[in-house]
Amino acid sequence: MAKRIETIGLSCYYGGTKAVDSVNITIEPKSVTAVIGPSGCGKSTFLRALNRMHEVIPAARVEGQVLLDDVDIYTPGVDPAAVRRVIGMVFQRPNPFPTMSIFDNAVAGLRLNGVRGKSALEEAAERSLRAANLWDEVKDRLRRPGAGLSGGQQQRLCIARAIAVEPQVLLMDEPCSSLDPISTLAIEDLMVDLKERYTIVIVTHNMQQAARVSDTTAFFTLRGQGEPGHLVEVDSTQRIFTNPAQRRTEDYITGRFG
Amino acid sequence: MSGASALGLQRRRLSRWGLLLAIVAGVAVTAGLFSVTPLQGRADFLVVAVVLVLAAVTAASWSVEGGRAARNRLATGLALLALALALLPLAFVLGYTTLRGLHRFTGGFLTHSMAGVGPLSTGGGVYHAIIGTLEQVTLSSLIAVPLGLLVAVYVTEYGRGVTATAVRFLIDVMTGIPSIVAGLFILAFYIIALHRGFSGFAGALALTILELPIIVRASEEMIKLVPAGLREAAYALGVPKWRTIVRIVLPTASTGITTGVMLAVARVIGETAPVLLTVGDNSFIHTNPFAGAQGSLPLFVFQQAGSSSNFDVQRAWAGALTLILLVVVLYVAARLLTRRNTLAQR
Amino acid sequence: MTVGALAGADPGTLSDRRSRRGDAAFAGITRAAGLVVFALLGAIAVFLVVKAIPALRHDKSSFWTTKIWDPDVSGRFGIAALVFGTLLSSVLALAMAVPVSLGVALYVTEYAPRRISRLLGYLTDLLAAVPSVVYGLFGLFFLLPRLVGLQSWLAARLGWIPLFADPSGQAREYSKSIFGAAVILAIMVLPIVSAITREVLRQADPAIKEAALALGATRWEMIRTAVLPPSRPGIVGAVMLGLGRTLGETIAVALVIGNTFSTSWHILPPGGATIAANIANFFGEAGALGRSALIASGLVLFAITLLVNFLARYVILRSGREERSTV
Repeated sequence: MAKRIETIGLSCYYGGTKAVDSVNITIEPKSVTAVIGPSGCGKSTFLRALNRMHEVIPAARVEGQVLLDDVDIYTPGVDPAAVRRVIGMVFQRPNPFPTMSIFDNAVAGLRLNGVRGKSALEEAAERSLRAANLWDEVKDRLRRPGAGLSGGQQQRLCIARAIAVEPQVLLMDEPCSSLDPISTLAIEDLMVDLKERYTIVIVTHNMQQAARVSDTTAFFTLRGQGEPGHLVEVDSTQRIFTNPAQRRTEDYITGRFG
Repeated sequence: MSGASALGLQRRRLSRWGLLLAIVAGVAVTAGLFSVTPLQGRADFLVVAVVLVLAAVTAASWSVEGGRAARNRLATGLALLALALALLPLAFVLGYTTLRGLHRFTGGFLTHSMAGVGPLSTGGGVYHAIIGTLEQVTLSSLIAVPLGLLVAVYVTEYGRGVTATAVRFLIDVMTGIPSIVAGLFILAFYIIALHRGFSGFAGALALTILELPIIVRASEEMIKLVPAGLREAAYALGVPKWRTIVRIVLPTASTGITTGVMLAVARVIGETAPVLLTVGDNSFIHTNPFAGAQGSLPLFVFQQAGSSSNFDVQRAWAGALTLILLVVVLYVAARLLTRRNTLAQR
Repeated sequence: MTVGALAGADPGTLSDRRSRRGDAAFAGITRAAGLVVFALLGAIAVFLVVKAIPALRHDKSSFWTTKIWDPDVSGRFGIAALVFGTLLSSVLALAMAVPVSLGVALYVTEYAPRRISRLLGYLTDLLAAVPSVVYGLFGLFFLLPRLVGLQSWLAARLGWIPLFADPSGQAREYSKSIFGAAVILAIMVLPIVSAITREVLRQADPAIKEAALALGATRWEMIRTAVLPPSRPGIVGAVMLGLGRTLGETIAVALVIGNTFSTSWHILPPGGATIAANIANFFGEAGALGRSALIASGLVLFAITLLVNFLARYVILRSGREERSTV
C-alpha cells in the first residue's frame, strides 16, 4: 500500500512535439501532492504519464523513468494494464459506466480482476463507498443506474471505483473542476481521509484548494511561449505559499500571471 | 527486475517469436491432420488451419500471460478474422466477375446489340442495353436531382412545423421501399392504368422513386453541414433568404451534394427489379425512351444469366463486368471528390 | 439597403418588395416539392391497394394461408410460402452477417491503425456498391457449386437439427435453396450493417473508455465494458435496418433460389421462394388476376419492410443517438 513515486528526467511527447520537459520529482507515500500551474503547461500530461495513460493517445510517448518504489514502470516488458491496476486515476469529468448500476460501478475494477464471490463484492462495495463518503447516500439504491446521481456523487462514485481495487497510488486530474462548491468541499474532506492509506497526486487549477488539502505542492509552467512545460519548484505546501524560492512561483501564487 | 515481478507488474509477455511459433504450430498440425485423415480440400484446409491457429495462440497466451491477456488476444484474432471474412467476398466477386467477364468483353461486345442474335449464337453485345440504361438513368436523375434538392432545401431551411416533419418522415418511408415495389407501382399506375405501355421512361420513373430519397438524404446532410455562421453573415448583410440559399449555402455544399448524386446514380444504374417490370424486352437498339420497350444493362445480365445456353451465360458475365466497371468508376470518383474536398478545406 | 454590393449580389436589385417576393416564391417552390413527395407516396399507396383488391377479394382460397401460387390457371394462390421463405432467408442471412459485421466494425474503429481504418471502411462499403444482379450471377455460378461441400457436411453431421435435415439427399448436389439465398443475402447485407455499426461504435464516449483503461482493463475488456453496452441499441437498429434491406432483395434471390412453394424448415434441399423473387419470376406470364395477386403480395412486402424500418428507427431514436444514415 501507498508507494513512493520518483520520476527521473521524465519528458512527454505528442508525436514530435515535447509537451513536458525533464521532470525530476519525488512523491512521498501517504501524502497529498498538488500540482499547480497555468493552463496548458503540461500538468495533466505529466499526471497521465505516471500511470501510463499518456500512451493511450496515438503517437504519444515518454522518455525518462518513473519509479514506483524503485521499479521503473516503463521497463520494456511491463504490461501497462498491470501498472494501471496499481496506480488508479480519477478524471476531471465524472465518468461512471452509464449502463451499470451504482453497485456494479463500484466493483467494476474488482470484477475485471476476476473477483466473483457475491459476498466479497458486496463487502468491497460497501468498504469503498464508505471510504468515498457515499455509502449513506446510496446504500438504499445500489442497483439503480450510476448515471442517475448528481455530479458530486458521481465523482465520489468514481473515487470509490478507483479505490475498490486497492491501488497504491491515486492520481486525480482536476477532480473538482466540474463540480459545485459544496461537492468540492466534500471531496476535499475525503482526500484528507484517503491520504491515511494512499499516495495521492492531484492536479488542480485552484490554488486555494491546493493550499487546503496538500502536504507538498509542485509548480509547473511553460519555459516560454511555444515551449514545453517544466517543473519550476516543489516544496512543502506551507513553504510554497508563504515563501517560495523561485520568482516565477511567487508571481503565479500572487496572481501576477496565469 | 525482481522488484517488478514482486509488484506483479512484470508480467511475462508472449514474445513475437512465441506468437510466430504458435501460428506455425497451428498450420503444421493442420497439415498433419490432412495427410493422415481423409480430410481434404483447399477450403477445408484453410478453415481448419484458422481454427487451430487461433486455438494455439490463445493457449500459448494463456500459459504465458494469463487468462485476461489470452481472452484479449482471442478477441483481436476474431476481429481480424471478421475483417478477412468481410473482404474475401469482395475480392471474390470482383475477381471472379472480371475473370469470367473478360472472355467476351471486347470492343465488339460494347458496340453491338443483340439484334438477330439468339441463344446459340456467339456474337451480340450490350450496346442497346448501355444506351437504354444511360438514357433511363439520365432521365431519372433529371427528375430526381432538382426535385430532391428542393425537398432537401425545404426540409432544412424552411423546416418548421408539421408539414416539414411529415415530409422528412415520408422520405424515410421512401428509403425503405423495396425496389420491386417501386417497379410494381409504375407498372400499375403508369403502364396499365394510363395505358402507356413499356418504355424507357417508365423505367426512369421507377428509378426516380428509388433515387429521390437517396438524394434528399445526402443533400440534407450536406446542407446541414454548412455552418450557421455563414448564413448569419449573409443575412446580416441584407441578403434575402432565397439568395442566401442559392448563392451561398448550396454552392458551399455543392461538392458533398455532387458526391451524393454520384453515389445515388451508382446505386440506381445497377437496379434490375424496377426496370424488369417497366421497360419491357428489346434486343434492338431503341433510342427513344418515351415510347416502346428498351434495353437495360442490368436487365440484360439478368435475362442472359437465367438462360441455359452457355453463350448467353458468357454474355451475362461480360455484361456484369461492364456494369461493375460503370459502378466502381462512379463510386471511386465520388470518394476521390470527397477526399479532394476535405483536403482543400484544411 | 444597398449593402448587396458587399455580399457580391447584383447591386440595385435588393429593393425590399422584390426580395420579399423572391423569398415567397422560393419558399413556395420548395413547399411544392415537399407536397410532391406527399402526392407520390399517396399515389403509391392508393394505387397498389386498388390494384391489389381484386386478388384479395378472390375467394377461391385464402390469401394468407394458401401456399401455392397459381392465380391464372387454378385460381388458387396465397402468400404463406412466400412470407415464410422471405422471413426465413432474411433471418438466416442476418444470423450469418451480423457477427461478421460487428467484428469488422470493431476492428475498424478500435483495432485498426488510423491510417488504414478509413481505407478499410471504403473497401467494406464497396461491397454495397455491387449491383444485386452481379451478386445473383456470382451466387449462381460461383457460390452454389462450392456450397455443395458445406451443405453435404451440414446434412450429414447436423442433420438431426430440422433446419439442416435432408431427407431426400438432394443437398449433396448442386441445389438452389434457401441456404444459398441466405448466404448471398448475408454477403449483400454485410456492408450495410457494418457501416451503420461503425458509426454507432464511433460515438462511444472516450471518457468512459478511459475510465475502463484506468482501471487496468485490457483492450477487449475495455470494449466489453465501455464500448459495447452503450452501443447495443444502435447495433440492434443497424441489424433491423439490414433486415429491412434483405426482405426486399429481389434479383439476387430470384437467380439463386429454387422457387418452390413450401413452408418446410429444411433449408438445404432445393426449393424456397420469397415475395420479391416471386414477383420477378412470375410477372412476365401473369394475366390480370395474376398481376393483381403479385401486387397484393408486393403490398404485404412493403408493409413488412415499413414495419421493420420503423422499429429500427424507433430503437435507434430511443437510445438517444443521432443516426447518420449512410443508406
